[in-house]
Amino acid sequence: MTQTYGDAVTAPFWAGASEGRLLLQRCDSCGAHRFYPRPFCLSCDDDRSTWTAVSGAGVVYSKTEVQVKVLPGLAPPYTVAVVELAEGPRMTALIVGADGEPGPGCEIGDAVDVAWRPREDAPPLPVFRRRP
Amino acid sequence: MTRTGGGREVHIAGVAETALGEVHDQTELSMFALAAREALAEAGMTLRDVDGLFVNYMGEEGTVQVGEYLGVTAPRYLDSTDIGGAAFEAFVHHAMLAVAEGRCEVALIGYASRQRTRRARNIGGGAVDLDSLAAQFQTPYGLPAPIGHYAMMAARHMHEYGTTPEQLAEIAVAARAWARLNPKAWSRDPLTVDQALSSRMISTPLRRSDCCLVTDGGAAVVVTSADRARDARKPSVRVLGAGESQSHWHIASMPDMTVTAGAVSAREAFGMAGITASDVDVLQPYDSFTVTVLLALEDLGFCAKGEAGAFVSGGRLAPGGALPAMTSGGGLSYNHPGALGALLLVEAVRQLRGEAGDRQVADAEIAVAHGVGGYNSTASTVVLAR
Ligand SMILES: [Zn+2]
Repeated sequence: MTQTYGDAVTAPFWAGASEGRLLLQRCDSCGAHRFYPRPFCLSCDDDRSTWTAVSGAGVVYSKTEVQVKVLPGLAPPYTVAVVELAEGPRMTALIVGADGEPGPGCEIGDAVDVAWRPREDAPPLPVFRRRP
Repeated sequence: MTRTGGGREVHIAGVAETALGEVHDQTELSMFALAAREALAEAGMTLRDVDGLFVNYMGEEGTVQVGEYLGVTAPRYLDSTDIGGAAFEAFVHHAMLAVAEGRCEVALIGYASRQRTRRARNIGGGAVDLDSLAAQFQTPYGLPAPIGHYAMMAARHMHEYGTTPEQLAEIAVAARAWARLNPKAWSRDPLTVDQALSSRMISTPLRRSDCCLVTDGGAAVVVTSADRARDARKPSVRVLGAGESQSHWHIASMPDMTVTAGAVSAREAFGMAGITASDVDVLQPYDSFTVTVLLALEDLGFCAKGEAGAFVSGGRLAPGGALPAMTSGGGLSYNHPGALGALLLVEAVRQLRGEAGDRQVADAEIAVAHGVGGYNSTASTVVLAR
Protein backbone atom coordinates (compact mmCIF):
# COMPACT_ATOMS: atom_id res chain seq x y z
CA MET A 1 0.00 0.00 0.00
CA THR A 2 1.27 3.45 -0.82
CA GLN A 3 -0.48 5.35 1.93
CA THR A 4 1.41 5.20 5.21
CA TYR A 5 -0.28 3.75 8.27
CA GLY A 6 0.48 4.35 11.91
CA ASP A 7 2.24 7.43 13.20
CA ALA A 8 5.56 9.15 12.63
CA VAL A 9 7.41 6.63 14.78
CA THR A 10 5.47 3.44 14.02
CA ALA A 11 5.01 3.79 10.24
CA PRO A 12 7.96 1.48 9.38
CA PHE A 13 6.45 -1.26 11.54
CA TRP A 14 3.22 -1.10 9.56
CA ALA A 15 5.05 -0.85 6.25
CA GLY A 16 6.69 -4.15 7.22
CA ALA A 17 3.33 -5.61 8.17
CA SER A 18 2.02 -4.75 4.72
CA GLU A 19 4.72 -7.04 3.33
CA GLY A 20 4.10 -9.75 5.93
CA ARG A 21 7.33 -8.96 7.75
CA LEU A 22 7.55 -8.42 11.52
CA LEU A 23 9.98 -5.53 11.82
CA LEU A 24 11.35 -4.36 15.15
CA GLN A 25 13.87 -1.67 15.86
CA ARG A 26 17.20 -3.20 16.85
CA CYS A 27 19.54 -0.89 18.72
CA ASP A 28 22.75 -0.32 16.75
CA SER A 29 24.66 0.16 19.98
CA CYS A 30 23.56 -2.57 22.41
CA GLY A 31 21.57 -4.86 20.13
CA ALA A 32 18.34 -4.72 22.16
CA HIS A 33 15.12 -5.08 20.19
CA ARG A 34 12.26 -2.83 21.14
CA PHE A 35 8.51 -2.80 20.80
CA TYR A 36 6.44 -0.70 20.53
CA PRO A 37 8.58 1.64 18.43
CA ARG A 38 10.38 4.51 20.14
CA PRO A 39 12.89 7.15 19.04
CA PHE A 40 15.76 5.76 21.11
CA CYS A 41 16.79 2.68 23.07
CA LEU A 42 15.44 2.46 26.60
CA SER A 43 18.36 0.20 27.58
CA CYS A 44 21.24 2.44 26.50
CA ASP A 45 19.60 5.69 25.27
CA ASP A 46 21.25 5.41 21.83
CA ASP A 47 19.27 6.95 18.97
CA ARG A 48 20.65 4.70 16.28
CA SER A 49 18.63 1.65 15.37
CA THR A 50 17.83 -0.50 12.35
CA TRP A 51 14.43 -1.87 11.47
CA THR A 52 15.11 -5.60 11.49
CA ALA A 53 12.96 -8.53 10.43
CA VAL A 54 12.64 -10.86 13.42
CA SER A 55 11.82 -14.54 13.53
CA GLY A 56 8.25 -14.09 14.71
CA ALA A 57 8.77 -16.94 17.17
CA GLY A 58 7.61 -16.45 20.71
CA VAL A 59 6.15 -17.98 23.84
CA VAL A 60 2.77 -17.25 25.42
CA TYR A 61 3.36 -15.18 28.58
CA SER A 62 -0.31 -14.96 29.51
CA LYS A 63 -3.68 -15.33 27.84
CA THR A 64 -7.42 -15.06 28.30
CA GLU A 65 -10.27 -16.70 26.46
CA VAL A 66 -12.82 -13.99 25.77
CA GLN A 67 -16.43 -15.13 26.00
CA VAL A 68 -18.19 -11.83 25.39
CA LYS A 69 -18.51 -9.82 22.21
CA VAL A 70 -16.06 -6.93 22.10
CA LEU A 71 -15.53 -6.04 18.44
CA PRO A 72 -17.73 -6.37 15.37
CA GLY A 73 -16.46 -9.19 13.19
CA LEU A 74 -14.79 -11.03 16.05
CA ALA A 75 -17.16 -13.65 17.43
CA PRO A 76 -16.44 -15.09 20.87
CA PRO A 77 -14.95 -17.28 22.11
CA TYR A 78 -11.42 -16.36 21.06
CA THR A 79 -8.12 -16.12 22.87
CA VAL A 80 -6.02 -12.99 23.34
CA ALA A 81 -2.47 -13.54 24.52
CA VAL A 82 0.60 -11.58 25.45
CA VAL A 83 3.44 -13.19 23.54
CA GLU A 84 7.08 -12.83 24.51
CA LEU A 85 9.10 -12.76 21.31
CA ALA A 86 12.34 -14.70 21.07
CA GLU A 87 14.07 -11.31 20.72
CA GLY A 88 12.67 -10.15 24.08
CA PRO A 89 9.81 -7.69 23.65
CA ARG A 90 6.22 -8.64 24.38
CA MET A 91 3.25 -8.07 22.10
CA THR A 92 -0.47 -8.41 22.61
CA ALA A 93 -1.94 -10.74 20.01
CA LEU A 94 -4.86 -12.82 18.93
CA ILE A 95 -4.33 -16.57 18.77
CA VAL A 96 -5.41 -18.04 15.42
CA GLY A 97 -5.65 -21.57 14.06
CA ALA A 98 -4.03 -23.15 11.02
CA ASP A 99 -6.79 -21.56 8.93
CA GLY A 100 -5.85 -18.11 10.25
CA GLU A 101 -9.14 -17.74 12.07
CA PRO A 102 -9.47 -16.81 15.76
CA GLY A 103 -11.02 -19.32 18.14
CA PRO A 104 -8.39 -21.81 19.28
CA GLY A 105 -7.03 -21.56 22.77
CA CYS A 106 -3.49 -21.82 24.04
CA GLU A 107 -1.62 -22.38 27.27
CA ILE A 108 0.94 -20.19 28.95
CA GLY A 109 4.33 -21.38 27.78
CA ASP A 110 3.12 -22.55 24.37
CA ALA A 111 5.47 -21.87 21.48
CA VAL A 112 3.84 -19.66 18.84
CA ASP A 113 4.75 -18.09 15.51
CA VAL A 114 3.57 -14.87 13.97
CA ALA A 115 0.88 -14.94 11.30
CA TRP A 116 -0.91 -12.10 9.54
CA ARG A 117 -4.62 -11.37 9.67
CA PRO A 118 -5.84 -9.30 6.73
CA ARG A 119 -7.81 -6.14 7.44
CA GLU A 120 -9.86 -4.03 5.06
CA ASP A 121 -8.69 -0.54 5.90
CA ALA A 122 -5.35 -1.18 7.51
CA PRO A 123 -2.21 -3.28 7.06
CA PRO A 124 -2.43 -6.93 8.15
CA LEU A 125 -2.52 -7.39 11.89
CA PRO A 126 0.20 -9.52 13.50
CA VAL A 127 -1.40 -12.48 15.26
CA PHE A 128 0.07 -15.74 16.54
CA ARG A 129 -0.45 -19.42 15.81
CA ARG A 130 0.53 -22.32 18.07
CA ARG A 131 3.53 -24.09 16.65
CA PRO A 132 2.35 -27.50 15.34
CA MET B 1 4.65 5.75 64.83
CA THR B 2 5.71 8.99 63.24
CA ARG B 3 3.91 12.09 62.16
CA THR B 4 3.65 12.94 58.50
CA GLY B 5 6.92 14.03 57.03
CA GLY B 6 8.10 17.59 57.30
CA GLY B 7 5.36 19.82 58.59
CA ARG B 8 2.21 19.70 60.61
CA GLU B 9 0.17 16.66 61.58
CA VAL B 10 -2.65 16.13 59.09
CA HIS B 11 -6.06 14.58 59.69
CA ILE B 12 -9.15 13.49 57.84
CA ALA B 13 -11.86 15.42 59.65
CA GLY B 14 -14.95 14.57 57.66
CA VAL B 15 -16.28 11.99 55.22
CA ALA B 16 -19.59 11.37 53.48
CA GLU B 17 -21.03 9.16 50.80
CA THR B 18 -23.11 10.60 48.00
CA ALA B 19 -26.43 9.02 47.15
CA LEU B 20 -25.67 5.44 46.11
CA GLY B 21 -27.02 2.76 43.83
CA GLU B 22 -29.28 4.11 41.11
CA VAL B 23 -29.61 7.85 41.43
CA HIS B 24 -32.40 9.44 39.40
CA ASP B 25 -33.14 12.51 41.48
CA GLN B 26 -29.68 14.10 41.50
CA THR B 27 -26.93 15.03 39.09
CA GLU B 28 -23.27 14.18 39.62
CA LEU B 29 -22.60 17.76 40.70
CA SER B 30 -25.52 17.93 43.09
CA MET B 31 -24.62 14.52 44.55
CA PHE B 32 -21.11 15.69 45.23
CA ALA B 33 -22.25 19.06 46.59
CA LEU B 34 -24.51 17.40 49.14
CA ALA B 35 -21.76 14.97 50.18
CA ALA B 36 -19.22 17.78 50.44
CA ARG B 37 -21.49 19.79 52.71
CA GLU B 38 -22.08 16.73 54.89
CA ALA B 39 -18.38 15.87 55.14
CA LEU B 40 -17.52 19.48 55.96
CA ALA B 41 -20.24 19.53 58.63
CA GLU B 42 -18.58 16.52 60.26
CA ALA B 43 -15.38 18.54 60.26
CA GLY B 44 -17.16 21.52 61.83
CA MET B 45 -16.74 23.51 58.64
CA THR B 46 -18.63 24.82 55.65
CA LEU B 47 -17.78 25.25 51.99
CA ARG B 48 -16.53 28.76 52.84
CA ASP B 49 -13.61 27.12 54.64
CA VAL B 50 -12.40 25.11 51.63
CA ASP B 51 -9.18 26.43 50.12
CA GLY B 52 -7.95 23.31 48.36
CA LEU B 53 -9.80 21.24 45.73
CA PHE B 54 -8.77 17.70 44.79
CA VAL B 55 -11.28 16.49 42.20
CA ASN B 56 -11.30 14.72 38.85
CA TYR B 57 -13.78 13.04 36.48
CA MET B 58 -16.39 15.76 37.14
CA GLY B 59 -16.25 17.54 33.79
CA GLU B 60 -13.52 19.19 31.77
CA GLU B 61 -10.60 20.98 33.39
CA GLY B 62 -10.41 18.90 36.52
CA THR B 63 -11.44 20.91 39.55
CA VAL B 64 -12.97 23.96 37.92
CA GLN B 65 -16.58 22.96 37.38
CA VAL B 66 -16.96 21.48 40.85
CA GLY B 67 -15.39 24.56 42.37
CA GLU B 68 -17.78 26.85 40.56
CA TYR B 69 -20.78 24.70 41.48
CA LEU B 70 -19.81 24.72 45.14
CA GLY B 71 -19.06 28.43 45.20
CA VAL B 72 -15.42 27.75 46.00
CA THR B 73 -14.33 30.58 43.75
CA ALA B 74 -10.85 31.42 45.01
CA PRO B 75 -9.11 28.27 46.28
CA ARG B 76 -5.33 28.36 46.55
CA TYR B 77 -4.49 24.72 45.83
CA LEU B 78 -5.83 22.60 42.94
CA ASP B 79 -5.19 19.00 41.96
CA SER B 80 -6.93 16.82 39.40
CA THR B 81 -4.40 14.03 39.10
CA ASP B 82 -5.77 11.66 36.45
CA ILE B 83 -4.82 8.16 37.60
CA GLY B 84 -8.26 6.62 37.69
CA GLY B 85 -9.46 4.89 40.82
CA ALA B 86 -6.10 5.50 42.47
CA ALA B 87 -6.57 9.28 42.24
CA PHE B 88 -8.32 9.60 45.57
CA GLU B 89 -5.71 8.02 47.82
CA ALA B 90 -3.17 10.02 45.81
CA PHE B 91 -5.25 13.14 46.55
CA VAL B 92 -4.87 12.38 50.27
CA HIS B 93 -1.13 12.06 49.69
CA HIS B 94 -0.99 15.40 47.92
CA ALA B 95 -3.38 17.13 50.34
CA MET B 96 -1.35 15.83 53.28
CA LEU B 97 1.77 17.44 51.87
CA ALA B 98 -0.02 20.65 50.92
CA VAL B 99 -1.63 21.03 54.35
CA ALA B 100 1.57 20.04 56.14
CA GLU B 101 3.40 22.80 54.30
CA GLY B 102 0.64 25.33 54.81
CA ARG B 103 -0.17 25.65 51.11
CA CYS B 104 -3.81 25.03 51.96
CA GLU B 105 -5.75 24.45 55.16
CA VAL B 106 -8.97 22.67 54.23
CA ALA B 107 -8.71 20.23 51.34
CA LEU B 108 -11.91 18.86 49.81
CA ILE B 109 -11.45 15.56 47.97
CA GLY B 110 -14.08 13.69 46.05
CA TYR B 111 -16.08 12.43 43.15
CA ALA B 112 -19.55 11.39 42.08
CA SER B 113 -20.75 9.35 39.15
CA ARG B 114 -24.00 8.07 37.68
CA GLN B 115 -22.35 5.48 35.47
CA ARG B 116 -25.12 2.96 36.12
CA THR B 117 -28.05 5.25 35.38
CA ARG B 118 -26.25 6.61 32.33
CA ARG B 119 -25.23 3.12 31.13
CA ALA B 120 -21.79 4.54 30.55
CA ARG B 121 -19.68 1.38 30.62
CA ASN B 122 -18.26 -0.01 27.39
CA ILE B 123 -16.37 -3.29 27.47
CA GLY B 124 -14.37 -2.33 24.39
CA GLY B 125 -12.54 0.12 26.60
CA GLY B 126 -14.18 3.22 25.23
CA ALA B 127 -13.26 5.21 22.19
CA VAL B 128 -9.58 5.76 21.77
CA ASP B 129 -7.62 8.12 19.61
CA LEU B 130 -7.28 6.29 16.30
CA ASP B 131 -3.59 7.22 16.14
CA SER B 132 -2.85 6.13 19.69
CA LEU B 133 -0.50 3.28 20.47
CA ALA B 134 -3.39 1.38 22.02
CA ALA B 135 -5.45 1.75 18.83
CA GLN B 136 -2.53 0.42 16.79
CA PHE B 137 -1.25 -2.38 19.00
CA GLN B 138 -3.94 -3.42 21.47
CA THR B 139 -7.59 -2.64 20.75
CA PRO B 140 -7.68 -4.48 17.37
CA TYR B 141 -7.25 -7.75 19.28
CA GLY B 142 -10.60 -7.56 21.08
CA LEU B 143 -9.27 -7.68 24.60
CA PRO B 144 -12.22 -6.62 26.75
CA ALA B 145 -11.42 -3.64 28.92
CA PRO B 146 -10.72 -3.55 31.71
CA ILE B 147 -11.56 -7.17 32.55
CA GLY B 148 -9.38 -8.85 29.93
CA HIS B 149 -6.31 -7.09 31.29
CA TYR B 150 -7.00 -8.29 34.83
CA ALA B 151 -7.84 -11.75 33.49
CA MET B 152 -4.34 -12.04 32.03
CA MET B 153 -2.85 -11.13 35.41
CA ALA B 154 -4.98 -13.76 37.11
CA ALA B 155 -4.02 -16.37 34.52
CA ARG B 156 -0.33 -15.63 34.98
CA HIS B 157 -0.63 -15.77 38.78
CA MET B 158 -2.38 -19.13 38.49
CA HIS B 159 0.34 -20.36 36.16
CA GLU B 160 3.23 -19.26 38.37
CA TYR B 161 1.78 -20.00 41.79
CA GLY B 162 -1.05 -22.49 41.40
CA THR B 163 -3.69 -20.01 42.48
CA THR B 164 -7.19 -21.40 41.90
CA PRO B 165 -10.59 -20.04 40.83
CA GLU B 166 -11.89 -21.14 44.23
CA GLN B 167 -9.37 -18.85 45.90
CA LEU B 168 -10.46 -15.91 43.76
CA ALA B 169 -14.07 -16.75 44.65
CA GLU B 170 -13.18 -16.59 48.34
CA ILE B 171 -12.48 -12.88 47.88
CA ALA B 172 -15.90 -12.27 46.34
CA VAL B 173 -17.54 -14.31 49.07
CA ALA B 174 -15.77 -12.31 51.79
CA ALA B 175 -16.89 -9.02 50.24
CA ARG B 176 -20.45 -10.28 50.08
CA ALA B 177 -20.40 -11.41 53.69
CA TRP B 178 -19.41 -7.87 54.70
CA ALA B 179 -22.03 -6.36 52.41
CA ARG B 180 -24.70 -8.36 54.20
CA LEU B 181 -23.82 -6.32 57.30
CA ASN B 182 -24.05 -2.98 55.47
CA PRO B 183 -27.57 -1.63 54.86
CA LYS B 184 -26.23 0.60 52.10
CA ALA B 185 -24.69 -2.26 50.10
CA TRP B 186 -26.08 -2.89 46.62
CA SER B 187 -25.71 -6.73 46.65
CA ARG B 188 -26.77 -8.36 49.91
CA ASP B 189 -27.95 -11.82 48.88
CA PRO B 190 -25.88 -14.69 50.29
CA LEU B 191 -23.01 -15.83 48.08
CA THR B 192 -21.07 -19.09 48.34
CA VAL B 193 -17.90 -20.20 46.57
CA ASP B 194 -19.94 -22.70 44.56
CA GLN B 195 -22.41 -20.02 43.48
CA ALA B 196 -19.56 -17.73 42.51
CA LEU B 197 -17.96 -20.49 40.44
CA SER B 198 -21.22 -21.08 38.57
CA SER B 199 -21.59 -17.45 37.51
CA ARG B 200 -21.03 -16.57 33.88
CA MET B 201 -17.50 -16.77 32.52
CA ILE B 202 -16.52 -13.50 30.86
CA SER B 203 -12.79 -13.57 30.18
CA THR B 204 -11.01 -16.62 31.57
CA PRO B 205 -10.35 -17.14 34.42
CA LEU B 206 -12.60 -14.26 35.53
CA ARG B 207 -16.34 -14.74 35.94
CA ARG B 208 -19.13 -12.33 36.66
CA SER B 209 -18.59 -12.92 40.38
CA ASP B 210 -14.99 -11.74 40.08
CA CYS B 211 -16.15 -8.33 38.81
CA CYS B 212 -17.17 -5.23 40.69
CA LEU B 213 -20.58 -3.65 40.50
CA VAL B 214 -21.53 -0.85 38.14
CA THR B 215 -23.42 1.61 40.34
CA ASP B 216 -23.94 5.31 40.88
CA GLY B 217 -22.17 6.81 43.83
CA GLY B 218 -19.30 8.82 45.15
CA ALA B 219 -17.89 10.42 48.26
CA ALA B 220 -16.39 13.52 49.80
CA VAL B 221 -13.39 13.61 52.14
CA VAL B 222 -12.01 16.58 54.10
CA VAL B 223 -8.30 16.71 54.88
CA THR B 224 -7.05 19.41 57.22
CA SER B 225 -4.47 20.18 59.87
CA ALA B 226 -4.67 18.62 63.32
CA ASP B 227 -5.30 22.09 64.73
CA ARG B 228 -8.29 22.74 62.50
CA ALA B 229 -9.58 19.21 63.10
CA ARG B 230 -10.10 20.01 66.80
CA ASP B 231 -13.41 21.65 65.89
CA ALA B 232 -14.68 18.50 64.20
CA ARG B 233 -18.02 17.11 65.37
CA LYS B 234 -16.71 13.57 65.12
CA PRO B 235 -13.28 12.18 65.99
CA SER B 236 -10.84 12.96 63.22
CA VAL B 237 -8.29 10.36 62.10
CA ARG B 238 -4.61 10.92 61.53
CA VAL B 239 -2.99 10.52 58.12
CA LEU B 240 0.15 8.60 58.99
CA GLY B 241 1.51 8.04 55.52
CA ALA B 242 0.74 7.86 51.83
CA GLY B 243 2.37 6.79 48.60
CA GLU B 244 1.67 6.31 44.93
CA SER B 245 3.15 4.73 41.83
CA GLN B 246 2.37 3.35 38.39
CA SER B 247 3.55 0.48 36.24
CA HIS B 248 2.14 0.30 32.71
CA TRP B 249 -0.73 1.19 30.38
CA HIS B 250 -0.64 -1.45 27.64
CA ILE B 251 -0.94 -4.97 28.99
CA ALA B 252 2.07 -6.16 26.98
CA SER B 253 4.16 -3.51 28.75
CA MET B 254 3.38 -4.68 32.30
CA PRO B 255 6.84 -5.74 33.47
CA ASP B 256 5.57 -8.63 35.62
CA MET B 257 1.88 -9.50 35.51
CA THR B 258 1.98 -10.71 39.10
CA VAL B 259 3.42 -7.48 40.55
CA THR B 260 1.54 -4.18 40.69
CA ALA B 261 2.40 -0.56 41.39
CA GLY B 262 1.07 -1.21 44.88
CA ALA B 263 4.45 -2.62 45.81
CA VAL B 264 5.92 0.88 45.53
CA SER B 265 2.92 2.86 46.80
CA ALA B 266 2.69 0.69 49.92
CA ARG B 267 6.43 0.76 50.53
CA GLU B 268 6.27 4.55 50.46
CA ALA B 269 3.12 4.82 52.57
CA PHE B 270 4.11 2.23 55.15
CA GLY B 271 7.60 3.66 55.35
CA MET B 272 6.29 7.15 56.00
CA ALA B 273 3.87 5.81 58.60
CA GLY B 274 6.48 3.61 60.24
CA ILE B 275 4.28 0.52 60.04
CA THR B 276 4.30 -2.88 58.40
CA ALA B 277 1.36 -4.88 57.09
CA SER B 278 1.13 -6.75 60.39
CA ASP B 279 0.15 -3.48 62.12
CA VAL B 280 -2.96 -3.05 59.94
CA ASP B 281 -6.27 -3.74 61.71
CA VAL B 282 -8.61 -3.16 58.79
CA LEU B 283 -7.87 -3.05 55.06
CA GLN B 284 -9.81 -1.37 52.27
CA PRO B 285 -8.26 -2.78 49.11
CA TYR B 286 -9.49 -1.71 45.68
CA ASP B 287 -11.70 -4.62 44.71
CA SER B 288 -12.46 -3.79 41.11
CA PHE B 289 -11.86 -7.48 40.49
CA THR B 290 -11.06 -10.29 42.88
CA VAL B 291 -7.58 -10.53 41.38
CA THR B 292 -6.96 -6.85 42.16
CA VAL B 293 -7.24 -7.76 45.84
CA LEU B 294 -5.19 -10.93 45.41
CA LEU B 295 -2.22 -9.07 43.95
CA ALA B 296 -2.52 -6.16 46.39
CA LEU B 297 -2.34 -8.47 49.40
CA GLU B 298 1.07 -9.64 48.21
CA ASP B 299 2.35 -6.27 47.05
CA LEU B 300 1.34 -4.57 50.30
CA GLY B 301 3.15 -7.27 52.26
CA PHE B 302 0.26 -9.08 53.93
CA CYS B 303 1.74 -12.30 52.54
CA ALA B 304 4.63 -13.29 50.33
CA LYS B 305 4.45 -13.14 46.52
CA GLY B 306 2.50 -16.13 45.29
CA GLU B 307 0.83 -16.90 48.62
CA ALA B 308 -2.30 -14.76 48.42
CA GLY B 309 -4.44 -17.62 47.17
CA ALA B 310 -3.81 -19.62 50.32
CA PHE B 311 -3.92 -16.42 52.39
CA VAL B 312 -7.50 -15.54 51.43
CA SER B 313 -8.77 -19.08 51.98
CA GLY B 314 -10.81 -19.97 55.02
CA GLY B 315 -12.46 -16.59 55.22
CA ARG B 316 -9.42 -14.64 56.37
CA LEU B 317 -10.78 -11.42 54.80
CA ALA B 318 -14.38 -12.05 55.86
CA PRO B 319 -16.20 -11.00 59.05
CA GLY B 320 -14.46 -12.74 61.94
CA GLY B 321 -11.32 -13.34 59.85
CA ALA B 322 -7.81 -12.33 60.81
CA LEU B 323 -7.59 -9.51 58.25
CA PRO B 324 -10.94 -7.72 57.89
CA ALA B 325 -10.94 -6.35 54.35
CA MET B 326 -13.54 -4.74 52.06
CA THR B 327 -15.61 -4.16 55.20
CA SER B 328 -18.25 -2.06 53.41
CA GLY B 329 -18.76 -4.92 50.98
CA GLY B 330 -16.35 -3.15 48.65
CA GLY B 331 -16.64 -2.56 44.96
CA LEU B 332 -17.67 -6.17 44.56
CA SER B 333 -20.85 -5.94 46.63
CA TYR B 334 -21.38 -2.48 48.18
CA ASN B 335 -20.85 0.14 45.48
CA HIS B 336 -18.53 0.81 42.57
CA PRO B 337 -19.09 4.18 40.90
CA GLY B 338 -16.29 3.81 38.36
CA ALA B 339 -13.68 5.20 40.71
CA LEU B 340 -13.92 3.54 44.10
CA GLY B 341 -11.03 5.22 45.89
CA ALA B 342 -13.00 7.92 47.72
CA LEU B 343 -15.43 5.36 49.14
CA LEU B 344 -12.51 3.30 50.46
CA LEU B 345 -11.43 6.32 52.49
CA VAL B 346 -14.94 6.80 53.88
CA GLU B 347 -15.09 3.22 55.10
CA ALA B 348 -11.58 3.35 56.58
CA VAL B 349 -12.47 6.47 58.57
CA ARG B 350 -15.74 5.02 59.81
CA GLN B 351 -14.01 1.88 61.00
CA LEU B 352 -11.43 3.92 62.91
CA ARG B 353 -14.16 6.04 64.48
CA GLY B 354 -16.04 2.93 65.55
CA GLU B 355 -19.20 3.94 63.72
CA ALA B 356 -19.47 1.06 61.26
CA GLY B 357 -22.46 -0.58 62.96
CA ASP B 358 -22.88 -4.32 62.46
CA ARG B 359 -19.71 -4.50 60.42
CA GLN B 360 -17.51 -2.70 62.96
CA VAL B 361 -14.06 -4.22 63.42
CA ALA B 362 -13.37 -4.21 67.15
CA ASP B 363 -10.66 -1.80 68.33
CA ALA B 364 -9.50 -0.86 64.84
CA GLU B 365 -6.55 1.50 65.32
CA ILE B 366 -4.81 1.43 61.95
CA ALA B 367 -6.60 1.29 58.60
CA VAL B 368 -5.19 1.19 55.10
CA ALA B 369 -7.01 2.33 51.96
CA HIS B 370 -5.38 1.17 48.74
CA GLY B 371 -6.49 2.69 45.45
CA VAL B 372 -5.93 1.20 42.01
CA GLY B 373 -6.54 2.74 38.62
CA GLY B 374 -6.64 1.86 34.96
CA TYR B 375 -5.64 -1.68 34.08
CA ASN B 376 -3.93 -2.24 37.46
CA SER B 377 -1.80 0.57 36.08
CA THR B 378 -1.69 2.98 39.00
CA ALA B 379 -1.75 2.54 42.75
CA SER B 380 -1.88 4.73 45.82
CA THR B 381 -1.90 3.78 49.46
CA VAL B 382 -2.97 5.73 52.55
CA VAL B 383 -2.35 4.75 56.18
CA LEU B 384 -4.80 6.17 58.71
CA ALA B 385 -4.89 5.91 62.50
CA ARG B 386 -7.40 6.87 65.12
ZN1 LIG C 1 20.58 0.10 23.13
